[in-house]
Amino acid sequence: MSKPQIWKSTVGKKVLASVSGLALVAFVIVHLIGNLTLFVGRDGKLFNSYAHHLESLGPLLYVAEVGLILIVVLHIATALGVRIGQRRARPQGYGVYGSKHGPSKQTLASRSMAITGVIILLFIPLHVWMFKFNAGRGFTDVDFDGHSVKDLYLVVLTAFKDPMKAWAYVGIMALLGLHLRHGFWSAFQSLGAFAPKRLPAFYAAGLICALLLAAGFIALPLYLLYCGPDPATLRGGVGG
Amino acid sequence: MKVKIKVWRQAGPNEKGAFKTYDVDGILPEMSLLETLDVLNEQLTKAGEEPVAFDSDCREGICGACGLMVNGMAHGPRRKCTSCELRMRHFGEGAMITVEPFRARAFPVIKDLVVDRSAFDRIIAAGGYTSVNAGSAPDANSILIPKDKAEKAMDSAACIGCGACVAACPNASASLFVGAKITQFSLLPQGQAERDRRALRMVAQMDEEGFGNCSNHAECEAACPKGISISNIANMRREYMHAGRVYEEHAGGGGAG
Repeated sequence: MSKPQIWKSTVGKKVLASVSGLALVAFVIVHLIGNLTLFVGRDGKLFNSYAHHLESLGPLLYVAEVGLILIVVLHIATALGVRIGQRRARPQGYGVYGSKHGPSKQTLASRSMAITGVIILLFIPLHVWMFKFNAGRGFTDVDFDGHSVKDLYLVVLTAFKDPMKAWAYVGIMALLGLHLRHGFWSAFQSLGAFAPKRLPAFYAAGLICALLLAAGFIALPLYLLYCGPDPATLRGGVGG
Repeated sequence: MKVKIKVWRQAGPNEKGAFKTYDVDGILPEMSLLETLDVLNEQLTKAGEEPVAFDSDCREGICGACGLMVNGMAHGPRRKCTSCELRMRHFGEGAMITVEPFRARAFPVIKDLVVDRSAFDRIIAAGGYTSVNAGSAPDANSILIPKDKAEKAMDSAACIGCGACVAACPNASASLFVGAKITQFSLLPQGQAERDRRALRMVAQMDEEGFGNCSNHAECEAACPKGISISNIANMRREYMHAGRVYEEHAGGGGAG
């Protein structure tokens, strides 16, 4: 053992999974704050100008996108490594198995991290396709105060007026909440953050964080589906 | 009391095992689960059958030899309790009690309920010690340790190495055991000289033995008969990552010679 290979160890992998996970949580928080502009007004002006500002970042946006993809890859690679090791560690399972409760934090959330993770992973390309690459097709620009911007609001509104799509989003965002319910506090534990007395507070904070994020992302499609303006009459001829 | 014991029977390490259910009569509520197994074994011996093999030693919850999966929980449903301390009054009349060996790749079954836990010994040999001159016992309190540190170290040192943490963990991880040992020494002056090397070597040995990775389910803390906290696992990670940054093995040969 000359220089130890800490990143290949079970502890090191867990640290990488936690750091990348927390970075993704930070992204999701920023993403939600941005999306909350959908609630403002009934013409989507604020949301469209937010989207326009993001697009005008130019090369910076690409840097951010590549960075995000790398973080996702790191998160998957380390989490997968952890998962494979776990499967091998108990070749023969129990006839009967149950939690002892008490201080145990074994929940549906903690046991389904791999499944919820995979579903969210499959969802990402679909989501990016829906609202980024496919968004230009069949939709037009809209004028706001003399600026012509892509009418992303209309794209989002039209998509979520379809109850199937809106409720599918609700379901997937609930799974994101479930993933974060265990993932958020667990990341801090994996980074070695807790004294015994502070653990219950962090565990509760993890629940609040997961609930708030999931509630935000769930409220948006439901709001547009049931309370959003009618996309057919929204622009009233403006912007074609 | 009369109970049904559904127990894992396996003739040897490479034999195929299966559950077998036995009726056991004449059980007193004050008896421990192990004593109930003793009654069962007497019954089996009289009937000319092979008795059920299981580990036990002190039968007072301090040695860590006994370790059974009882109704799907390591050491049974009661918290801070070993299998030998588990009384039959906690099960109702006519109850069906499922008894299985601890399951992990690193804990292979030897026979029936007996598993080989020497993986723990190898982890301890890798770094769970302090180097001292053996011989006459040192004076008590020759090294003074503040009360709070001594208490914390004792909380971690309460580990009896039974393996319930591994058995209860959905991933068969040994993190609580290793975390408790690393934490215990990291708090005491005697543990300082080998502190970084200990963290690196014990974690490396844990991985080598084929234990799973920790997913922070905290089921180990619930299963631990000594109630050792998962904050020991957090501490192990801090110790390990710090050691990984600063530690370099001394390349040269001899010492002062």
